[in-house]
Amino acid sequence: MGDPVGMEVAHVSASGMGGIRTAGDLVARMQISRGMKIKEAKEYVAGKLKVSVLELSDPVVMGEIRQDLNIGTMSPFVGGAKGIEAKLRIAELLGIEINCVNKFKDKMKW
Amino acid sequence: MEKFHMRMGDGSATEVSESELKRDLEDGTKDAAERAKIPPLSQNELAYLFDVFSSPARFVGVDRGNEVIFSYDNGAGKSKEDITEIPLHRVQEAQVYEKFLGADIADFGHIDYSFKPVKSIVTFEQQALEYALLVTTVPMFYGSQPNLGSYTQPDGPCPNPMELLPQGKIAEARAAQEEMMKHAVKDMVYVGSAMYESGVDGINFDTTGAAGDADFLATLRAVEILRKKYPQIAMMVGMAGEFILGMHGELTYDGVRVAGLYPHKQLELVEKAGATIFGPAININTDKSGAWNVARAVTFVKPCVENSNIPVHANMGMGLSGIPMADCPPVDAVSRASKAMVEITRLDGL
Repeated sequence: MGDPVGMEVAHVSASGMGGIRTAGDLVARMQISRGMKIKEAKEYVAGKLKVSVLELSDPVVMGEIRQDLNIGTMSPFVGGAKGIEAKLRIAELLGIEINCVNKFKDKMKW
Repeated sequence: MEKFHMRMGDGSATEVSESELKRDLEDGTKDAAERAKIPPLSQNELAYLFDVFSSPARFVGVDRGNEVIFSYDNGAGKSKEDITEIPLHRVQEAQVYEKFLGADIADFGHIDYSFKPVKSIVTFEQQALEYALLVTTVPMFYGSQPNLGSYTQPDGPCPNPMELLPQGKIAEARAAQEEMMKHAVKDMVYVGSAMYESGVDGINFDTTGAAGDADFLATLRAVEILRKKYPQIAMMVGMAGEFILGMHGELTYDGVRVAGLYPHKQLELVEKAGATIFGPAININTDKSGAWNVARAVTFVKPCVENSNIPVHANMGMGLSGIPMADCPPVDAVSRASKAMVEITRLDGL
């Protein structure tokens, strides 16, 4: 998507998955790591999370699931995974490689 | 006679009758079909668009389950002091996109948003990117434009083809563009490699083809090199417009002449080069209605999705693919274009 400020809200409300509010970032990860089209990517993530495809875009359902799995939420709870910590868990959950996670592990000599 | 609210391509409001709305939809799809030699929308699809544009609702959206992935161009460079007077650091802005704006893929980039100027400050970019990657969860692309024009004199090393062409120096203009391509490929690979080594998920080649066929070809070559170098890197190639201008005219990629390609043919080369996501960009006609522009944009994008083996994210920023050319595109226009693009083309993202 492009340039002017403020338009993002209208677009996301009309047709967006919702990113970290839902499972949008997880579906996006399957698009960019495995080249999956939207249908296949959603089904893959729904299978991993054991939810329906419809629930992937539900912020209430996904908020609870993200908290349970500790994979990053919009309002992180005390002690909850944030940023790179959440991505470590996401890589494991989805069975994918995440470049910055691998770099982080290298630095930590994980 | 009933009148329907309508936005023009410049965002201004007007009203159209039922017959005018139907005519605009038919003319829009016909225009795209004739230009790109692709099928026009079906009667069912036109009827669907009629429902979307005749709805009195201020805001419309896709049916539950039809939501798609949102990636961004220059996502972390819009809230600068000199743009919106909100002094946010771009790392903070990436976090705003993630937490407040529902971004599925965040974008990070330099204010100039071109590969050439980034090259000389690449270590500063890497430092900022590495910090951004620590504090964000959604995937992140480093975005920049091939911007072949930045390689012309006096700012760049090559003679300016735009000065040579009017003088009738065709061979010299072509030679200059070929030289510009070499510099651009080198810079794109250099910056792309640096960002990937710093941990970014992918590179966003934004506004590709802005300087014509040489700009597009340089990007394809950079994508090809980066794919060989980093098999896991994600690369999004987003276009500057619907048609590759033949500023050189004789350039080919894998035997295909690059000049004159429309989106569904651009996609084939982008896929062949090794990109992960293709971003078609359809021009807006500000003198035509939103219905005309959306019908036209959807017609161009639909065969891309049908023929693609990689995800397709249509460029739907201001002035593109049915979104009015206005600083603040009205939500009635944006939501209609968004819904129509997603539900007719069944694409993977915007």
